[in-house]
Amino acid sequence: MGPHFLGHRAGPGIVLERISMQLFVKIRSLSRNLFASRRVEADLSQEIHCHLQMLTEENIRAGMTQEEAQRAARLEFGGIEQVKEQVRDERIGNWLRSVLSDCRYGLRQLRNNPGFTAAAVIVLALGIGANASLFSVVNGVLLRPLPFPHPEQLVILRESKPNFATGSVSYPNFLDWQRENRTFTSMSVMRGGRSLILTGIGEAEQINAVLLGPGFFEQLGVNPALGRTFAEDEVRIGGAPTVMLSAAFWERKFGSAHDVLGKTITLEGKDYSIIGVVPASFDFLGTLRSVDAYMPIGQWSNPLLTSRAAGLGIGGIGRLAPGVTIEQARSDMERVTRNLAATYPDANKGIGAAVIPLNKWMLGNTESFLFILFGAVGFVLLIACVNVANLLLARSTRRTHEFAVRAALGAGQTRIVRQLLVESTLLVSIGGGIGLMLAALGTKTVLRMLPTTLPRTAEIGVDADVMIFALVISFAAGILFGLWPALKTARRDPQQSLQEGGRGGSVSRHRLQGVLVAAEVSLALVLLIGAGLMIRTLSTLRNVNPGFEANKILTFGFSLPPSMFNASPDSVRAALREAQGKFQAAPGVQAVSFTWGAVPLSGDDEWLFWIDGQPKPQTESEMNWAIDYVVGPDYQKAMGIALKSGRFFTAQDDEHAARVAVIDEVLAKKFFDGQNPIGKRLHVNSSEETTEIVGVVGHVNQWGLDSDDKETLRSQLYTPFMQLPDKTMAQNASGIGVLVRSDKPATVFGSIRQVNSRRRSGLVVFGAQTMEEIIASSLGDRRFSMILLGIFAALALLLSSIGIYGVISYIVGQRTREIGVRIVLGAGRADVLRLVLIEGAKMTAIGLLVGLVASFGLTRLVAHLLFGVSPTDPLTLAAVVLLLAAVSLLACYIPARRATTVDPLIALRSE
Amino acid sequence: MDSEPTTLLQGTLELLILKSLVAGEMHGLGVSRRIEQLTRGTFDVKPGSLFPALHWMDKEGWISSFWGDSENNRCAKYCRFANAGLEQLEAGTKRWGRISWAIAQALESS
Repeated sequence: MGPHFLGHRAGPGIVLERISMQLFVKIRSLSRNLFASRRVEADLSQEIHCHLQMLTEENIRAGMTQEEAQRAARLEFGGIEQVKEQVRDERIGNWLRSVLSDCRYGLRQLRNNPGFTAAAVIVLALGIGANASLFSVVNGVLLRPLPFPHPEQLVILRESKPNFATGSVSYPNFLDWQRENRTFTSMSVMRGGRSLILTGIGEAEQINAVLLGPGFFEQLGVNPALGRTFAEDEVRIGGAPTVMLSAAFWERKFGSAHDVLGKTITLEGKDYSIIGVVPASFDFLGTLRSVDAYMPIGQWSNPLLTSRAAGLGIGGIGRLAPGVTIEQARSDMERVTRNLAATYPDANKGIGAAVIPLNKWMLGNTESFLFILFGAVGFVLLIACVNVANLLLARSTRRTHEFAVRAALGAGQTRIVRQLLVESTLLVSIGGGIGLMLAALGTKTVLRMLPTTLPRTAEIGVDADVMIFALVISFAAGILFGLWPALKTARRDPQQSLQEGGRGGSVSRHRLQGVLVAAEVSLALVLLIGAGLMIRTLSTLRNVNPGFEANKILTFGFSLPPSMFNASPDSVRAALREAQGKFQAAPGVQAVSFTWGAVPLSGDDEWLFWIDGQPKPQTESEMNWAIDYVVGPDYQKAMGIALKSGRFFTAQDDEHAARVAVIDEVLAKKFFDGQNPIGKRLHVNSSEETTEIVGVVGHVNQWGLDSDDKETLRSQLYTPFMQLPDKTMAQNASGIGVLVRSDKPATVFGSIRQVNSRRRSGLVVFGAQTMEEIIASSLGDRRFSMILLGIFAALALLLSSIGIYGVISYIVGQRTREIGVRIVLGAGRADVLRLVLIEGAKMTAIGLLVGLVASFGLTRLVAHLLFGVSPTDPLTLAAVVLLLAAVSLLACYIPARRATTVDPLIALRSE
Repeated sequence: MDSEPTTLLQGTLELLILKSLVAGEMHGLGVSRRIEQLTRGTFDVKPGSLFPALHWMDKEGWISSFWGDSENNRCAKYCRFANAGLEQLEAGTKRWGRISWAIAQALESS
């Protein structure tokens, strides 16, 4: 009732005040009604009661008897319930109130059917939780913009070389790129993974440092937490030694004291003055979380820094000028590199520039497999929805009588549909809430347990985006599975339902449930095939022979004492020999070798060579390339690499002996096809001195278990560690790689460390990793996909078997009478069993057929993750089909068994 | 009391309730009797109209309600004027004056 006649007329000044006042009163009243409606109801009853009493008293005073007075009062008052209803309508909107009453009714319904409610809520919580969880990953990794201003302008710069599409950038080339480009606001470089020995603050330790080019932080829009960033002249070669600390290192070593600026730290015996601290939140490419210090690249003492042809693992980062497209930048860099190739043909012939948007570079193929997983988890949600829809259908059939009665009492179709929708919405709200909680608690834990190589994992979490996503999918799911059964139910003729006496269960409804079950089976089949293919892939990969015995190898790094940092090559060699003896003596160590250059599956390094007797190539880029392994005499034994012919190195192949090399069978075949390479000589790294080939060993998978044979550069060249040039040896006092063979590689590092500290050798050992760990991390993406797909597939199998079980049980329940009649007419147990099983088998068979067809299309999406198995691998398909068929028949069998125990007398009497 | 009911114009019931509360706080039955008295028996406000109106006005903040004792020490819910109610009464009275005059003019002319 709106008071149209009474208007509000007031000066503008108090209008606002009145509006806010009214709003306040309304909110208070509404909340009182919503949350204290029982009290309001009691209040109203009391009020009416008093009114009636007063009327009665009035009537008694007018001379009536008690009964007469009461009756007259009732008459005058009118219908108590109507008055109450009108008051309620007045107090809150009619619609809202009746929805609330639907909710209360719905909640009562859910409470009265705890089995149904629990099943539906658990199914929904699993479906929504899995989706919200994976969405939080997708959101953190793919959707949220990178935490830098204008991240779309940032690009990764690499040299494209004959053997590498994205090779490292040499420092002289970078300087020329920086000077000659016309499309970039700025360019910088970064070289990570420098292990330096810190002395002077507590015990000597190895720290992790990164070398940076000019304007690195400015380019990313990162301000220092304290102090300043590197000035241009500090970055140049020969600049004053300066350092910026990471926030974690600053806290660990200096207690986050502000007077750290201007102090110095000693790295590898050289003093660096601290000019600033990098913010704790800073990371780039997900690789700088564990960095302790940042230094200008000019401080790198590597003599190859000024070599234009050197590949030192330096990466470029650029910021495109506003409005410049990636294509424009690429053609600009094409011009720059073409000019450089013309000016420096020796080093730069065939060298271009790769310009890759930062987000593309970071995601790699993460994007495609995350979307595949997202699709898979969407299937799980669909199965969950289908399951709940089936449960609701079955239940609404049981409730037809109730709805028919309500319809007969005047409830419209919309009212019944609304009631059912309210109930399904309640279900998803509870299920979605629990699911979101699971996602919030579980995502980080699961990510920690998984072999994850995802970028930006730190940014993954349940935030507003994830909540909105969960809300949207919950309600989409609620409407999807709620509306259909609701409409089905409401459309029924109440009279017919009443005559059926609550049995419901028409044939069309069974067919609908059958379709839903078939849909579940087909969705589950697709997921199971995906998971099966991934499992096959990984087991194939596990059986790939990488050319060495991965299960017995440990790698770690070590540095000599600081006193050796400026020592002569000979004393470095002597110290290294001594260190080798110490490692060799540690219990459990079977063989030890130093490594320099490439390490299979973890780091690569290349050398150039030409064969003695052939003309020296005009330019370096026309020389032959080989992956170089600079190793000790025990390397082949430690790795378990097969010796094909000749010999491996001995301790006598030292700095005083003639230069020798061992090649792998790939190099032998490529360059000495048909000839015996032993005794042949090579010129290595433009050296006029020749190196004699003394042996041939088996090929080792440098590039990964699966993709090695697809690479162009596979030739491998081994040279003795002690024959490293003097200049390089002098650089080798810190960060030397060590490879140890042991029967227990996971624990042997402990004994090495113990021996080392007992002898007070001053050696710093760090970064232990077993070869198995290295291999596992190279398969991280695949294992991540496999585990998640496996979980989703198991979930799908579980949910769909519950679905089949539920529907068959329901159908058996509905057909008890028919089965009873059949038994009376002489049907045996086997006949009844067959009757029910055929019903389930039909649904399953249709589902399997549809699923197989769908999987032919869908497994193509995972083809790039597969290895050694085709997307339509018959073995996987057959195994999965059999598994699913067996599980669904088992799910049918339990209710079918129950059907055979039907007592015909009871079944017939129950009508 | 007339046998044929006189329907109230929308909004006039609230105006009459406010007017009757000018005399002081009152319970529901009191308001009903007071309106009967004020309109000289033309309007007999039944609980079916009175209660929703009182609750609506309470919600709008025109009146406020509280539990008190009736004349015979029986419980009763009393209503009293709120500040907003006074404004509404003044504005409504003026407007009613204009409307009744206008309608009377319209009906008398011809």
